[in-house]
Amino acid sequence: MTVLSDRQQLSYIASQAADARLNVELETEGMTLNIGPQHPATHGTLRIICRLDGEQVVWAEPSCGYMHRGYEKLTEVRTFPQVTALVNRIDWLGSFANEVPFILAAEKLMEIEAPPRAQVIRTILFELSRIANVSLFLGDLGVQMGAITPVFLAFRDREYVLNLIEGATGGRFHPNFDRIGGLKDDLPKGWIDETRQTVIKLREFCDTIEDLLFGNEIFQSRTRGIGIIPADIAKDYGLSGANLRASGVDYDLRRDQEIAMSWDKVDFKVWTHPDGDSFARCWVRLQETRESCKIVEQLLDQIPAGPVMTKVPRIIKVPEGEAYVSTENPLGEMGYYVVSKGDLGPFRVKIRSASFNNISIVPWALKGVYVPDIITILASLYFILGDIDR
Amino acid sequence: MSMLAVEIPYWGQSLLRVLGGLAAVLLPAGAIVYLFLFKMMSFMQSRLGPMEAGPFGSLQLVAEVGKWMQKEDLVPEAADKRIFKMAPLVVLLSTFLLVAVVPFGPDAWFTNFSVGVFYGLAVASVSVLGILIAGWASANKYSLLGGLRAAGQLIAYELPMVLATLGVVIQAESMNLQDIVVAQNTGEIFGFGGLGNPFILTQIIGFLIFMIAVQAELSQTPFDMPIAESELVSGYMTEYSGFRFLIFFIAEFATAGVFAMIASVLFLGGWGVPFEWFSWDTIDSVDDWMNVAGPLIMFTKMLALTFIIMWVRFSFPRFREDQLQTFAWKILIPLALANTAITAILKVAF
Repeated sequence: MTVLSDRQQLSYIASQAADARLNVELETEGMTLNIGPQHPATHGTLRIICRLDGEQVVWAEPSCGYMHRGYEKLTEVRTFPQVTALVNRIDWLGSFANEVPFILAAEKLMEIEAPPRAQVIRTILFELSRIANVSLFLGDLGVQMGAITPVFLAFRDREYVLNLIEGATGGRFHPNFDRIGGLKDDLPKGWIDETRQTVIKLREFCDTIEDLLFGNEIFQSRTRGIGIIPADIAKDYGLSGANLRASGVDYDLRRDQEIAMSWDKVDFKVWTHPDGDSFARCWVRLQETRESCKIVEQLLDQIPAGPVMTKVPRIIKVPEGEAYVSTENPLGEMGYYVVSKGDLGPFRVKIRSASFNNISIVPWALKGVYVPDIITILASLYFILGDIDR
Repeated sequence: MSMLAVEIPYWGQSLLRVLGGLAAVLLPAGAIVYLFLFKMMSFMQSRLGPMEAGPFGSLQLVAEVGKWMQKEDLVPEAADKRIFKMAPLVVLLSTFLLVAVVPFGPDAWFTNFSVGVFYGLAVASVSVLGILIAGWASANKYSLLGGLRAAGQLIAYELPMVLATLGVVIQAESMNLQDIVVAQNTGEIFGFGGLGNPFILTQIIGFLIFMIAVQAELSQTPFDMPIAESELVSGYMTEYSGFRFLIFFIAEFATAGVFAMIASVLFLGGWGVPFEWFSWDTIDSVDDWMNVAGPLIMFTKMLALTFIIMWVRFSFPRFREDQLQTFAWKILIPLALANTAITAILKVAF
């Protein structure tokens, strides 16, 4: 057990006191509150069953599966190139990032690698989809706490990113652009300049959000010291992404693993925060958006010339074998475990999606908090329903 | 009604008062909704707001009212039906009772009685009852939580409001709102009467506390924990639809307008202009045209104050319930008490 800070100890004591109170005689009966499946704070159809004592939560359990679409099973009746159209829809806010690890796993099985130009463009699009995803989180954060203005700014500025993704891939939400062995097309003319301009706007957006929200005393009092997740607990529950880094664990797959992408060519900082509270999680995401802008800017300068597609057979048959590839997606670590029996399609695909693991901490994190804090903690954990239920 | 040459029978006077009351409640409410909720919020959020209904969307509110009137009047199966239906009316009732004491001109008032401040603060708290019964009668867990939060919050913020008003009452030496207006407009700042002496100058702490308390009484962000649409799905209003929701909606903005009017009477000099401008000295010497100009002046001041209320509402996130209780009991109430004590001491000393 690590040494806990005062705030963390207080949160433990509060949750234990709530436990104890339920066992005391003459106590009034608690209330069971179903947050969801239809509720504005769950971004979809997540149901959280809370047992309340007054306004304090004594027991909480996420109940997911209301939007299960069976992608793991569906992939078994698709060919390899067709799978990207499915997995696009897992984390629908950063869809391009969903395609990449699957394609990389297939490439690993086929023992080919995308040409350098395709790798750099892949990384740029990956980071743009991260910005599209996290900028919406930054706006939504305000709405969850009653500040209705930031979300409109977020939607406005996300639009620039979506326009870029649409310009390059033809699809706003579901690009379906990644191919085994490279990319479908090269970048259109003028795209690079436009991206440079957009990155400047996105930096301004980050500054606005920081002024409007992160500097606000009410926002800070709502998030600081709330929903503290210590580092060892975060590791035990398998958190990943910003949720893990906000607990002080310096772990980022972009930096920590050898992969056929271009993150090793750029200089960026992996932000961590020692507190592990809601504020830390939001703050780490804000900094990550800035880092993504930095990565995109650097990569725009070093796109090599050459083809965007290596030589692959017209009908792709992936050799027999198993491969697991995971990347640092906007929501956290996302991995595909692909088993191939040498057919046109995968024999079995296991998707490790970040949000599913991230919400596993909900019963632990919600114990002892007040009802308003449920919303801040859920908002700061940041999940996408498609990413939970798949 | 003394300014009119003809003698109006009692029923006629009553009818005029009712119509005037309706105008005094609904006109500000409509102006606030259109100007601030529709347009100002849109400009803050880089969008246009309603543009289709009428010039610049000015008839949007009419369209919205039409929409709400057409909706089905849903009552939940488990609800306490009569109480459930009554609740929005109770909330609106408090708004109408409140506007009754607001003076709009030397003769343009609904009632003019000596304990106006006391009465106004008393009827303002009637809306708590409406909200509480709405929360309870809906038979919905979210509504219940919202109703209880609202009750706790409104009671907590009534105290600083009363205490902030006390300073004004001490300074004006009257609880009559008309006298308070006259006291401000005949007042002098170190012998200079060109500005009158609006109490916002001497009672600036009282004014700030009053506006914060108004924000909380209206359940506007940052004190909108009872409504909290992202969390309690609109709290006590969750189960309401159609014209009952419309009544809640009108009550919310009409009360904002009426509270802003009371704040302008208490702190900004109400309907009046500094009497020195036209060499008036008492209320009786004020010219009759002030009965027309007064309401307009009042309306302007009301819009200025509601602008602040709405500006804060659209910019801030919300407090947590325990945080806003702490804010009321540990900061606002001691501050208001100190303000009252200092005002009283200075009043006796000078």
